[in-house]
Amino acid sequence: MTAAIVNLIYLLAAVLFIVGLKGLGHPRSAVRGNLLGALGMLLAIVATLVAQDILNPVLIVAGLAVGGVIGAVFALTIKMTAMPQLVGLYNGFGGIASVLVAGAVLVQALNAGISGAGVETGGGGLQFLIATAASGLIGGVTFFGSVIAFGKLQGLVTEKPVRYPGEQVVKVVVALAAVAAGVLLVRDPARVEYYWALAGIASLLGILLVMPIGGADMPIVIALLNSYSGIAAAATGFVLTNTVLIIAGSLVGASGIILTNIMCKAMNRSLANVLFGGVGAVQKSADDGDDIYAGRVKSTSPEEVAMILKTAQKVSFVPGYGMAVARAQTPVRILSELLEADGVHVDFGIHPVAGRMPGHMNVLLAEENISYDKLREMDQINPEFPNTDVVIVLGANDVVNPLARDSAGTPISGMPILNVDQARTVVVIKRSLSPGFAGIKNPLFAADNTLMLFGDGKAMMEGLVSAYKEA
Amino acid sequence: MDFVLIVTIFVLAVFVGFEVITKVPPILHTPLMSGSNAISGITVIGALVAAGTGQSTLTVWLGFAALVFATINVVGGFLVTHRMLSKFRKREQ
Repeated sequence: MTAAIVNLIYLLAAVLFIVGLKGLGHPRSAVRGNLLGALGMLLAIVATLVAQDILNPVLIVAGLAVGGVIGAVFALTIKMTAMPQLVGLYNGFGGIASVLVAGAVLVQALNAGISGAGVETGGGGLQFLIATAASGLIGGVTFFGSVIAFGKLQGLVTEKPVRYPGEQVVKVVVALAAVAAGVLLVRDPARVEYYWALAGIASLLGILLVMPIGGADMPIVIALLNSYSGIAAAATGFVLTNTVLIIAGSLVGASGIILTNIMCKAMNRSLANVLFGGVGAVQKSADDGDDIYAGRVKSTSPEEVAMILKTAQKVSFVPGYGMAVARAQTPVRILSELLEADGVHVDFGIHPVAGRMPGHMNVLLAEENISYDKLREMDQINPEFPNTDVVIVLGANDVVNPLARDSAGTPISGMPILNVDQARTVVVIKRSLSPGFAGIKNPLFAADNTLMLFGDGKAMMEGLVSAYKEA
Repeated sequence: MDFVLIVTIFVLAVFVGFEVITKVPPILHTPLMSGSNAISGITVIGALVAAGTGQSTLTVWLGFAALVFATINVVGGFLVTHRMLSKFRKREQ
């Protein structure tokens, strides 16, 4: 196969990626979009295999088989509740692959005695070396950052922000060390150990960058690492002077940046603030002693809530990470079906950063076969809360805290929230009055129209289902 | 290939990415992430070249390791996205 034909097939693959990503923009076209992306990938792989003189086909088949089986087993057996971890881990795999490929190509170039200009590259030596350094740097950060993110989501590493004095200085020093290793590599490419040092320092940097980030900020980190995995692939594309890697990598890089930006806006925070400042750790003691809850919190029972629901015409559920932790999706779905059977209008208000990754709540509710047109975005559902009879808040806290809207100077001030306090009755299902991730009290719990249903999310939802059936 | 040419491709691809993805609705953010993540497994192409044409033991095994990771990324990413998307259904009442 001539190089021209291979490159045309790569172009076709790139077009399929673009069309596929476009398809992911709507639920109706998303399945087909994903399949088109997969087809593009298959074409690119087959073209590469046919075009290259593969010296060791057994090894190639073995690698594809091992990776394919592991990937398939993970993908098919993972529970939907564990999806954030899995997506986090896959980001990292893309990153480490870039590190290894760039390293292999560098070693090969040196073995071939062409110091600086790679065997696989027609381009200049400087481009090759800078791209190699970038692959090692971004790939290393992506892999180890993703491993830590995975550990935090899986509960292997503390979800709390790990902060220490001089943290920013340490991060800057390590980042500078990584850049220094990159410069050394570019100046003296014959010493391949600079590359591995660079990859090692980048790995350390990845760990240092993600450790200080707390659980509720995970959606931003996962989106950012998603972007990095794409940029790492694009950098490897510059190493190999391979257009399909560059195009696919840039698409993913752009996609991740857009998601990161959406997540930051939904928290009213800058990316720098998430990465280097951050709520949770510092302002934990924002308590002013003035107890806003005293004597004003009304505790309720499933039976009482069931009675209220019996007279309601419009009910909204507002789920948060607590729903995922309690695995309360199933009774939520059952209750929503019972309500609908009685002619009640039911929908779900979903905050962009609810959960541990972008779109987390939607996946959990879709898994329960809840129709996607009932999953409403914040901007759609907010104007309707004043006409809503009952809002059931399940495991969400900061994203429904009216302080974000009404007062300045709190860690969440200015963050767009779901205005559930405007509904006629708000039922908050929660274990206790403990604060959310932002570490501040929530006046919603003490509002006149709020009833607190204290207890485990799943147990309380099941209690509500049976109480509603009997009422 | 000319350096300026591939930088041109890179910059244009970034713009295409922004244009294509800006309007993805929040309900599809997770599948978008896992699906785009599978696409970033395109590094598998580089891994195939490194493992398949490597001249030394070191490059072959580096390529092999990259191949395994990238294939997990590609196969797992597309499959899990498909699994998720098949759950997003609209119920006709």
